[in-house]
Amino acid sequence: MDAREMIARRAAMELRDGQVVNLGIGMPTAVANYVPADVELTLQSENGCLLFGHTPRLGDEDPDVANAGGQPISLLPGAAIFDLATSFAIIRGGHVDVSILGALEVDQEGSIANWARPLAPGKFAPGMGGAMDLVFGARKVVATVEHSGKAGSKIMKKCRLPVTGKGVVDVIITEKAVFDVTGEGLVLAEMVEGLAVDDIREITEADFVVAENVRPYQLSSPALIDG
Amino acid sequence: MDKVVSLDQAVEDIHDGATIMLGGFLGVGAPLRSIDKLVEIGVKDLTVITLASGHPAQDFDVALLFKNKQVKKLITSHAGTCRIALSQYANGELEIEYFPLGSFVEKIRAGGAGLGGALTPTGLGTLAEEGKEKLTIQGKEYLLELPLRADFAFIKGFRGDGFGNIQYRGVAVSSNPVMATAADFTVAEVNEIVDVGSIQPESVGTPSVFVHAVVQGHPFETHKKIYTDLWVRSKQLK
Repeated sequence: MDAREMIARRAAMELRDGQVVNLGIGMPTAVANYVPADVELTLQSENGCLLFGHTPRLGDEDPDVANAGGQPISLLPGAAIFDLATSFAIIRGGHVDVSILGALEVDQEGSIANWARPLAPGKFAPGMGGAMDLVFGARKVVATVEHSGKAGSKIMKKCRLPVTGKGVVDVIITEKAVFDVTGEGLVLAEMVEGLAVDDIREITEADFVVAENVRPYQLSSPALIDG
Repeated sequence: MDKVVSLDQAVEDIHDGATIMLGGFLGVGAPLRSIDKLVEIGVKDLTVITLASGHPAQDFDVALLFKNKQVKKLITSHAGTCRIALSQYANGELEIEYFPLGSFVEKIRAGGAGLGGALTPTGLGTLAEEGKEKLTIQGKEYLLELPLRADFAFIKGFRGDGFGNIQYRGVAVSSNPVMATAADFTVAEVNEIVDVGSIQPESVGTPSVFVHAVVQGHPFETHKKIYTDLWVRSKQLK
């Protein structure tokens, strides 16, 4: 199992039956494939729909039904389509229970950076899209990120890239560990079996404390539905 | 009163340096024939306002205006799917101003609705707060996002009548209605022009008062084929 699949399967464990959930583009999109069979969610797409389903097969697509990635989607019974002001009333108004976002960096203060890569001095891409609204508005913000990249740990003392939101993340999920973000900083809640706390410290720039009952890393099983 | 005009008539007042809103979200629900016409007439130094710019397949929708070097400034929430815009931005040919998507929509809404702006917590503590006034309301801090308007808006509807009533289909309803309200001259491109009275009053997504011209877009069957081809080309549909 690769790092991205592990993260998606762990992130799926954060979701509870009946929640309204926004999944970011990229790694978080895959979370939908691992939602436990007894958990029914209302998925929101920020371009203005609730309750979308799988990518349609060729011939079943509708030219006017797509997600925030410009990709064709199907709609489930009970789905709704609405304008962007309504979509962001849902997001900013606190009606999204969980937002799962990909991150470039996260830090021990719960800040997340995921909208701006430097392109040239003073110039950034790609832009924040709906991510800033999501981190300010969702009740629970889950940051998914590979633990380390070429430049080292992505779990930092302080984000170096421009942040998407300051002190907004509740849970950080990597392929090695899970951290809860608390008022006192990061708490190591879970780690992959076979790793010791010292192993996690070695690959983590941020400071953290260890939960009293640190658990083995939880993985959701793939949902028993046509994926 | 008949607002149905040809595309040539609809664009005849557009000048170099104009500010133009384009409906659509990554090319879905976008006024494709109007964009082709803007490319054809070649107006330059445009400021383009679009919520999320360019379908990942490239060479589609607003990307055509960048390709033809007609845009001086882009105001958007996300340009990552439009490679040509980013390359022009990187080498200094294009200016980009980013707004968080939810704030962006409220700016346009304020522009169309006669409001002085919108107060939002989105962007506090980030680069998005630069240059913006902060206000404390009932003990909570907010950023003031100012209204945004354009000289022209091009929107995409499903059906339109001669009065200028517009009915939407699918997610085209996401970006187009708000833009229709916030321009001095709004052009609605539709798949089908119908008789006045054919659209049920409660199905009118944009009431006629906001629309100045109605033009024939791609007929629905052509429209459907364009998106099927786009999605197959970008491997988003198999």
